[in-house]
Amino acid sequence: MSTTNTEESSLTKKDFVTENDVRWCPGCGDYAILNAVQRTLPELGVPKEKFVVVSGIGCSSRFPYYMNTYGFHTIHGRAPTVATGVKSANPDLSVWMVTGDGDGLSIGGNHLMHLLRRNLDINVLLFNNRIYGLTKGQYSPTSEVGKKTKSTPAGSLDYPINPLLFALGSEATFVARTSDTDQKHMVETFKAAHAHKGTSFVEIFQNCVIFNNHAFDPVTGREVRGEQALMLAEGQPLRFGENKGIRLNGFDPEVVELGNGVEESDLLVHQSKTSNPAYASILAQMAYPAFPTPFGILRQVEGRETYEDALHAQIKSAQAQGDGNLQELLTGKNSWVVE
Amino acid sequence: MTQATDSFEEIKSAVVRFAGDSGDGMQTIGERFTDSSAFAGNDIATLPDFPAEIRAPAGTLAGVSGYQLQFGSTSILTPGDEPDALVAMNPAALKANIADLPEGGMLVVNVDSFKKMNLKKAGYESNPLEDEEFRKKYQLIELDLTSLTKEALSESPLKPSDKARCKNFFALGFMCYVYGRPLEPTLNFFDQKWGKRLPDVADANSTALKAGHNLGDTMETARNRYQLAKAAVTPGVYRKISGNEATVYGLVAGAQCANRELLYSGYPITPASPVLEGLSALKKYGVKTVQAEDEIAAMGVAIGASFAGDLSVVATSGPGMCLKSEFIGLASITELPVIICNVQRGGPSTGLPTKTEQSDLLQSLFSRHGDCPLPVIAAHSPSDCFDCAIEACRIALTYCTPVIFLSDLYVANGAEPWLVPNASVLPSIEAEFANPDEPYVSYKRNPETLARTQAIPGQPGLEHRIGGLEKAEDGGVSYDPDNHEQMTHLRADKVERIADSLAPTELHGEGEGDLLVIGWGGTYGAITSAVQAMQAEGFAVSSLHLRHLNPLPKDLGDIISKFKKVIVPELNLGQLSLILRAKYLVDAIPLTKVQGKPFKVSELREAFHKELS
Repeated sequence: MSTTNTEESSLTKKDFVTENDVRWCPGCGDYAILNAVQRTLPELGVPKEKFVVVSGIGCSSRFPYYMNTYGFHTIHGRAPTVATGVKSANPDLSVWMVTGDGDGLSIGGNHLMHLLRRNLDINVLLFNNRIYGLTKGQYSPTSEVGKKTKSTPAGSLDYPINPLLFALGSEATFVARTSDTDQKHMVETFKAAHAHKGTSFVEIFQNCVIFNNHAFDPVTGREVRGEQALMLAEGQPLRFGENKGIRLNGFDPEVVELGNGVEESDLLVHQSKTSNPAYASILAQMAYPAFPTPFGILRQVEGRETYEDALHAQIKSAQAQGDGNLQELLTGKNSWVVE
Repeated sequence: MTQATDSFEEIKSAVVRFAGDSGDGMQTIGERFTDSSAFAGNDIATLPDFPAEIRAPAGTLAGVSGYQLQFGSTSILTPGDEPDALVAMNPAALKANIADLPEGGMLVVNVDSFKKMNLKKAGYESNPLEDEEFRKKYQLIELDLTSLTKEALSESPLKPSDKARCKNFFALGFMCYVYGRPLEPTLNFFDQKWGKRLPDVADANSTALKAGHNLGDTMETARNRYQLAKAAVTPGVYRKISGNEATVYGLVAGAQCANRELLYSGYPITPASPVLEGLSALKKYGVKTVQAEDEIAAMGVAIGASFAGDLSVVATSGPGMCLKSEFIGLASITELPVIICNVQRGGPSTGLPTKTEQSDLLQSLFSRHGDCPLPVIAAHSPSDCFDCAIEACRIALTYCTPVIFLSDLYVANGAEPWLVPNASVLPSIEAEFANPDEPYVSYKRNPETLARTQAIPGQPGLEHRIGGLEKAEDGGVSYDPDNHEQMTHLRADKVERIADSLAPTELHGEGEGDLLVIGWGGTYGAITSAVQAMQAEGFAVSSLHLRHLNPLPKDLGDIISKFKKVIVPELNLGQLSLILRAKYLVDAIPLTKVQGKPFKVSELREAFHKELS
């Protein structure tokens, strides 16, 4: 019990596993994400008791029950508000928020936007499987147009939201994408999210094995991944496949083949730290099949104060001349004495 | 302060109403007149009454804003049924208020504004001031307020339009003369508000105030001047306080009593916004305030902060309560302390956002899905909000539960003198967090209160998960049918246990009789005044005023059984009476009013008489 100063090295994945039976469907992508998070946290140098995992409602939101940390399974769409309360009350905690495409972008889109603009130092993991799983297979706000589901037998009508563009539109200071199929990449991305001071938004392509199986196979499938996934690396040209890259033509990206006069120096070079969100927006809009789908950190901008730091700084500044005296407050400035 | 001269008529109390355009500063002079009366040692009760529109078209009935107060040398419990004196700054203000002024009442009008256009906007076909019958009906005092103010300010460097805006203080000065109110508190107010920043504005308003006062002194008109003795009250330090201010102070005091950090989150809503604004200004006291993106978010932030160990509070009004309902259910099942203040206004929907009502009682008791009883308390006067806020903190922390604290627009915006409590003797609130040296069982309960113990993030070894799914005692998710039934009972029983901690119910009058009046919330003053008057007439009437609406006091059933009849006055369609009928099988008679206005003492007396005849 005397583990206040838990050494980084003393924690292992096992410390973050609960006794609860994990109740996701066999083959669900959530298992891989849980594994990656449980592998990441011991390596962050944060005492275990300082982690808080907050979630909303949905398959992904069962996550806190499987993490042996402080956890809060809240209500549908509202996890960002509870996470904001936790972090505002105690900025010393490492707060991780788990949500899904329905929870985070449909019922909870408003709160997610405000969390991102306030820039609390919270790590948001959005499991995007492009379907409602826990309610058994209705289309979600990230489902492609025309998706046939139980609630849309003739095909869905509405144009999907792009989670990365949503985050960029909210001027999130850290925006990344990873996939449940890539353990190493997930762990790297989560570590970077933790290291970022401010809200870190991570979209995770997550396969729903029951209601939307193989949704991401054209991009993340073992055989096609090399051709269809664009792995972002800081300072490196945007290259993918054997010999292809991304070049800018006006404001539009285009896929080019190297050779025949196209040099690597013609390609866009990945710079996630530019403050202008235009470049990250170009990346966010690149998608299969017209483009390779980018994975990695699209944007990480330091320097904007976090909400909780500003909140506590105001209090500290007000108390610089001494704490408030309750009797003075109650008596006020315009009292009178009755004898 | 005032000296008795031959021209003074000694009175025990008076009711004054100021009415004008919503941009005329009626609330401001009403508050200043209140301060002066408090300063003069009188008891007071106030009723600010303003439209929902910030600046409705000038001169129209829609834009009329009013402020009524009663002050006196005896105990003043209500702002008064009808004014003794009405100040009308324009024809619309006259039209909207004249029906309330009894024959022979004092009527002060700004004749400068009684021009054709303004008369037309107010819907007058001819100038009522030219009607002989009208002139005879009241004690009419016609003042050229606009021109008199401009004249008094001839030396001021202000623009002519800004000079004219000082006319409200000219009118205030005049009324201060009539009722022998001291000018010092208002002069101090000018100095505090504008002294350093805008000295010309402070000077101009001071000059206008004094000029109004002097005019009273020099006017030839034969006219009464009134004088009131100081109210006989408990000695001590007093201040004026509104309900929302008292709520703010009570929350800060409650957090200190419990040695917890206070986090308030809110979304602006009439009439609860002053709680958000008030607490935001108290950073020196370590208060964290978050203005959330909506009502739902405000509740979520509070729940998160509570989980992290803060004493967390939200304040809202009806529409916000609707939005928070789902989250309140989460706070109930996770058994987290959160204080939910509902400053009630006229509903449903947007309803009457700037008028009072007590129509959220059933919502407070029942708005969650599932069986989800919660403690509900209500403040009966502005200063009582202080005690209720501390009581809400006590219940929330002692029983680890969300608490609904009801006030209403009448209580929140009204003001009265308050005997300032000694901060050092406020009762402490004991609520410990879990001990890290002992194994933690999330839903293990205190055998006396049935409260669980919170373990807060950051404590090593106490890691645990909570959430909206039903849990077993050990904190694990449980779909077991028997467990759900047991937990549902435990949560309800816990709330019921609060009744064990309540003092015996105070009865106003004899313990048995012909009629028992049961009230709650802001109707206290009117009910008490009416019952006092009837007791003086010899009727066997008693009253009691409930602070705790859930759980109800344990002795309530016994008290009710000693009376032949029970009547329940409420500013709704009979919500408490429904509860009393259900719980005590008593034929509780509902006495209802939903006009956005408080009860008049006279209408209560009439209704009580009727029940006794």
